[in-house]
Amino acid sequence: MRRVVFIALLTALLMPFHALAVQPDEILKDPALETRARTLSQELRCMVCQNQSIDDSDAPLARDLRLLVRERLVKGDSDKQVLDFLVERYGNFVLLKPPVEPQTLLLWTVSPLMLIVGIVALVVMARRRRSVALDSGRLSADEQRRLDAIIKPGGPD
Amino acid sequence: MTPEVGHYALVLALGLSLIQALVPLYGAQTRDVALMRLGTSTAIMQCVFVAISFGALMTAYVTSDFSVANVFENSHSTMPLIYKFTSVWGNHEGSMLLWVLILAVFGAAVAVFGANLPTALKANVLAVQAWIACSFYLFILLTSNPFQRLARAPIEGRDLNPILQDIGLAIHPPLLYLGYVGFSIAFSFALAALIEGRIDAAWARWVRPWTLTAWMFLTVGISMGSYWAYYELGWGGFWFWDPVENASLMPWLAGTALLHSAVVMEKRNALKVWTILLAILAFSLSLIGTFLVRSGVLTSVHTFATDPSRGVFILCILIFFIGGGLGLFAWRAPLLRQGGIFAPISREGALVFNNLFLTIACLTVFVGTLYPLALESLTGEKISVGAPFFNLTFAPLFIPLMFAMPFGTLLAWKRGDIYGVTQRLMAAFGVGIVAVAAALAVAGVQHVLAAFGIGLGFFVIFGAVIDLTERVALFRRPLGTSLSRAVGLPRSAWGTAAAHAGVGVTLIGIVCASTWGTERIVAVKDGQTVSLSGYDLTFDGMVQRQGPNFRELAGRFTVSENGQVVGALSPSKRTFSARSMSTNEAALLSRGFSQLYLSLGDANADGSLAIRFYYKPLVLLIWIGTLIMAFGGILSLSDRRLRVGAPKPAKVKPTLQPAG
Repeated sequence: MRRVVFIALLTALLMPFHALAVQPDEILKDPALETRARTLSQELRCMVCQNQSIDDSDAPLARDLRLLVRERLVKGDSDKQVLDFLVERYGNFVLLKPPVEPQTLLLWTVSPLMLIVGIVALVVMARRRRSVALDSGRLSADEQRRLDAIIKPGGPD
Repeated sequence: MTPEVGHYALVLALGLSLIQALVPLYGAQTRDVALMRLGTSTAIMQCVFVAISFGALMTAYVTSDFSVANVFENSHSTMPLIYKFTSVWGNHEGSMLLWVLILAVFGAAVAVFGANLPTALKANVLAVQAWIACSFYLFILLTSNPFQRLARAPIEGRDLNPILQDIGLAIHPPLLYLGYVGFSIAFSFALAALIEGRIDAAWARWVRPWTLTAWMFLTVGISMGSYWAYYELGWGGFWFWDPVENASLMPWLAGTALLHSAVVMEKRNALKVWTILLAILAFSLSLIGTFLVRSGVLTSVHTFATDPSRGVFILCILIFFIGGGLGLFAWRAPLLRQGGIFAPISREGALVFNNLFLTIACLTVFVGTLYPLALESLTGEKISVGAPFFNLTFAPLFIPLMFAMPFGTLLAWKRGDIYGVTQRLMAAFGVGIVAVAAALAVAGVQHVLAAFGIGLGFFVIFGAVIDLTERVALFRRPLGTSLSRAVGLPRSAWGTAAAHAGVGVTLIGIVCASTWGTERIVAVKDGQTVSLSGYDLTFDGMVQRQGPNFRELAGRFTVSENGQVVGALSPSKRTFSARSMSTNEAALLSRGFSQLYLSLGDANADGSLAIRFYYKPLVLLIWIGTLIMAFGGILSLSDRRLRVGAPKPAKVKPTLQPAG
């Protein structure tokens, strides 16, 4: 009986688990390189997942990419060289932060531009409103005459 | 029989919504009070029929009626009872039914609580509400019928996706939908105002409680979704800038802007046109969110193209309401007269600043989320826009916003005194600077950005405190006077301060957890100990457990600090036989506001077990802050001036305060 339980436990333990993101065997000995690898991994997309970085993803492809990134780093590539290598292989799709290019220009510029447009519009509106307020604050000649008449001692009423 | 009753009830609700969409509107045009009042009864009856329909689907789930295709696809007889309830909305059809249920509940709430709204306004609001309801009933009945029967009823169901078998499914989607759908009321009020061509400060007062309610639900809904993802997905992230999350963040940003601009409109009769536009946008973004999540367009532009029936239907709803809303806006908004002049440096000016930054932040999320879809469908080129993009573009917009927050609440209406306000904020500046210095001293100079983040958080929190102490004139008047002033202070003032302080608390949580979080990814053997940030984790072996509908292999770990045992962690792997899927259940141990987070990786052939062990300093503040924000919403909502349907003028002035 004990043997059966043991075997059951053993098989359960060896069951292919749903592997989780970075695995202990992937981690590099050099902590500086490993930190760079992790930072890079967070910028790279696991292409078979929905919007996950290879650092977070448990897909086999993500693991392959993590290993590839580390392999390149160990060989002495700079961060940029690693990214360039991956972009050459997989296209811009692999980058979670798209580079500024003609087709991503709108993506990068629309918010700052709209912020500027908004500020300019507000300033113009505030100016216009102010001048309106100033104009309407001034009395017309007729109003002034009536006011004088009222203020003057012995005026109407 | 029950599913057919549910189906039929939904058809009846559609019929009622058609009546409600036309008759009160016609009544409002012809000034026929009887026709206008009809909307009230139809809205209540719609709610009853949708509730019957929803109850029927729930009954099918609870009784495991697998002859209903939807139940067969998403349920299992051995599932715990609570998941039988929640799996009703753990799928497309059911979640749309929940959507219309909440819409009907809100419609009925306007009918019941809006007794003192002007009759014509109420009639128009309910009519617009019915247009929305009508289109979604049609969507469900024509493309996503949850009551579809199977010709031959299977014995067992296919089970709910194991990832969804969690208490999170009971909490997150209903709250989120209450928020999404709640903005429909603001939308309906805006359209009703445009139809009438008349809008005033009273309008803002009526619409504010509804907006506030929706905003509170959305805040908590997003936050609970974030916590769910945090503990369920197994690597302890709390926000992923996933399109689905962005879909809920956009209405939140627009709704937050709306809340603030409605204040200006109510108090100063200004920003009318802008407030109306925001009300339209907030709900439009809710619809876009529903479209993104429900059409399958996010998974791939191609799946959308191959099975477009649902997507195209929602897209049509989207175009109709957004296009119609904005069209009506363009046509009628020039009729609305602007009031209330103010100087740039004033409370109004600060709220305009708030609106500008929130709107641009919303635009950033919008562009980032939809750009890849647009680019792919136009040019076929695929790009990714993920967390690194949003972190880079979103944060620069939120930092000035948060910095301006304490100034805004202290500035006077019409014309403010920025120097005076700065002086009054000196104490908050001081606290912020001390916080920066302390963070730098503890963490070192390399974390200068994080230190400033913490300083900003403290500045925001203490700015909110100063707002209150200024109002009650603490230390400037005798304590008794301050106390009685504090009692007499409108609840909305407490609400504002709480909500703003909550933002600061969340910011501190985000900064700490993402900057000083530590992790160990190692393989451990029985009896081995791993250390992380002062905690020792000892592996005590594995244990096999049997759940109601899963088998579970759990690791047993003891956590100790300085040799003292402080708790146990038992992360596990669950295998659900029905779908032969497994989930990873992380184990959490809270230490104050910080958490230890442990999840299991692979078991290796040599008997060792891979684990991921995280220390997340002050991570709980992220969600506690959002709860404080929502609590601020509740406080404001309980303010008598804002209570739902409280356009009555205050009857008596508050009792005189003792002379100070």
